[in-house]
Amino acid sequence: MSAPLLEVRDLQVQFQVGREGMLPWSPPRLLRAVNGVSFTLNAGETLGIVGESGCGKSSLARALIGLNPIAGGSVKLAGRELAGLPEADWQPLRADLQMIFQDPLSSLNPRMTIGDIIGEPLRTLRPGIGAQAVKTEVERVMTRVGLQPNVINRYPHEFSGGQCQRVGIARALIVKPKLIICDEPVSALDVSIQAQVINLLMDLQQEDGLALVFIAHDLAVVRHISDRVLVMYLGRAMEMADADALFRAPAHPYTRALLSAVPIPDPARERNKTVQILEGDLPSPIAPPSGCVFRTRCPLAIDACSAAIPPLTAQGGSTHAVACTRAPLEPAG
Amino acid sequence: MDHPHAPSRSQPPKGALGGFGRPRAASALLDVRNLNVRFATPEGEVAAVNDLSFSLQEGESLGIVGESGSGKSQTAFALMGLLARNGRATGEVLYGGANLLALSEAELNTRRGAEIAMIYQDPMTALNPYLTVGDQLTEVLRFHKGLDRKAALAESARMLDAVKIAESKKRLTMYPHEFSGGMRQRVVIAMALLCRPKLLIADEPTTALDVTVQAQILRLLQDLRRDFRTAVIMITHDLGVVAGVCDQVLVMYAGRVMEQGPAEALFAQPSHPYTMGLLHAVPRMDQPHGSDRLATIPGNPPNLLALPPGCPFAPRCVERDTACLAPAPLTAFGEGRRRACHRPLEQLCDTDATAAPAADSAQASDRRVAT
Repeated sequence: MSAPLLEVRDLQVQFQVGREGMLPWSPPRLLRAVNGVSFTLNAGETLGIVGESGCGKSSLARALIGLNPIAGGSVKLAGRELAGLPEADWQPLRADLQMIFQDPLSSLNPRMTIGDIIGEPLRTLRPGIGAQAVKTEVERVMTRVGLQPNVINRYPHEFSGGQCQRVGIARALIVKPKLIICDEPVSALDVSIQAQVINLLMDLQQEDGLALVFIAHDLAVVRHISDRVLVMYLGRAMEMADADALFRAPAHPYTRALLSAVPIPDPARERNKTVQILEGDLPSPIAPPSGCVFRTRCPLAIDACSAAIPPLTAQGGSTHAVACTRAPLEPAG
Repeated sequence: MDHPHAPSRSQPPKGALGGFGRPRAASALLDVRNLNVRFATPEGEVAAVNDLSFSLQEGESLGIVGESGSGKSQTAFALMGLLARNGRATGEVLYGGANLLALSEAELNTRRGAEIAMIYQDPMTALNPYLTVGDQLTEVLRFHKGLDRKAALAESARMLDAVKIAESKKRLTMYPHEFSGGMRQRVVIAMALLCRPKLLIADEPTTALDVTVQAQILRLLQDLRRDFRTAVIMITHDLGVVAGVCDQVLVMYAGRVMEQGPAEALFAQPSHPYTMGLLHAVPRMDQPHGSDRLATIPGNPPNLLALPPGCPFAPRCVERDTACLAPAPLTAFGEGRRRACHRPLEQLCDTDATAAPAADSAQASDRRVAT
């Protein structure tokens, strides 16, 4: 078995938010956005990351590409350690590692033409490349993502949201990366356009053997595109499994609540299903609950849940891993 | 859903404008007839909403579904008299015997917030960051009900309890930024409900929220509808939300109604290619995902300044033929349903026969639509 493309072990992402006291020498207060998350990703595979806002999924994505500092743990891309890498060493790595952002329009510079935007990574990463070679490449990726090459001199505001997202995808593709991090790439798009972009991403992945980290809050979309899914809550991994297994038989109480809340476009089913309402709000990530971070809202919480942090453990030797003191649970009704 | 106290009528409403083509009592809470919204822009006149008609009974809920630019939000703003300065609404919006479109700003102000309330998409921008939540809630009650500060605070606290915000007294003294997204939306809902409105217009009320919070808010809206008999107009792009909450559905595209009717029938057997496209373009949690590709609607939503002649959806429609170059009138069919499509329903149903009711066979037709 070959080494995984991306290997993340015990990743920590922290932000300092003020101090514990009023005094300048009182210890800093830390917000642990990502707390001990581990996973591996093989070439050509898609890992979906789901969770509510504030669960740390975007912080995780940004740490993988060096936009957030890695506070602890290890991130290895094709065997190379990324944690603690100085900024200058990141740049060449980004030929292998690209990102697609949520808001298609605001992630494009309004003063640059589409051609300049798409070609910029190439000019940055391969400074010796000639203008003609850049143009050829730009036209190649534009065709790839379904943009007419004759719009190369237009500006972002002349495009619709879906087309802007195609520009963002073309910009990521032009350096022929091995891994693309997609942070909510279809959330801002209309339903009909969303399906086009998802199909495009899946096509590109199959043809180029790309690996994707796909972050979204739309669980149906994540299920559709992912091979494996990681469920996060308050900076911690709750459950990780093959997409089919996770959606067929969710094993963590949080995953179950999350899945039951997804509306189904069919009145008969939607009105008759049982939604497991999670009471209350997300606890503060600055002072997370002791033990299992989900216990304050968990319908199954017992005293033991506050005692120790349950590790993400594979169930019965399978690849279905759950972090729950009470696992394995009865199958959901 | 028939209104229990509907007086028997001897004559059907003129032009079958009331409701969705079914007989309607004259006592409809809201009766919208031929609503048109136009915006004057430097590039020309934009027809944001065209000939929209529907009526709503007390306690009933209507879902308006569409993508961006379909005119669904402008419909809501027109009903509330909140159009931008370059916008103009014509037609009739009959509420309590008066045409809301003909009322002066002062007359509207006595109704807005009191009888007709609105929930906006983004709770943070709907709340004033400089004022405490208590100040913002009591303002509504002091203006409309003339309550004094103490009584208004007590009533506000009761309403925060109703939307399940704990420690409501303490919460009243807090500022919007001290609330989470879901809590802020609950504050906005509480504010909309303070005067027990008869009609609540919710413009994408859960779009900015997580699914678990969305589930909380939708349940809350359903409870309130049951307890206060509030009629709800729910504007959304999420067909799942509509399926759970709405009795009636209106599907809009490029400012026109494509199809309208009771929710069950519309979801079970969509009668317009656009509705079918929308239903197939979203991956579904309740179906095994076998096919790798999603069915898509090709192309992009049209520019409202340069609409195609005839049916606005025709350029993206898999069913189009030459007849589609002429405008498709909204025609009544079935049980209180209406559709704007030249293709006979039977032909559409052939393509889609298996899709809607039988979940497991839907994928086969998905592929057909995709080609």
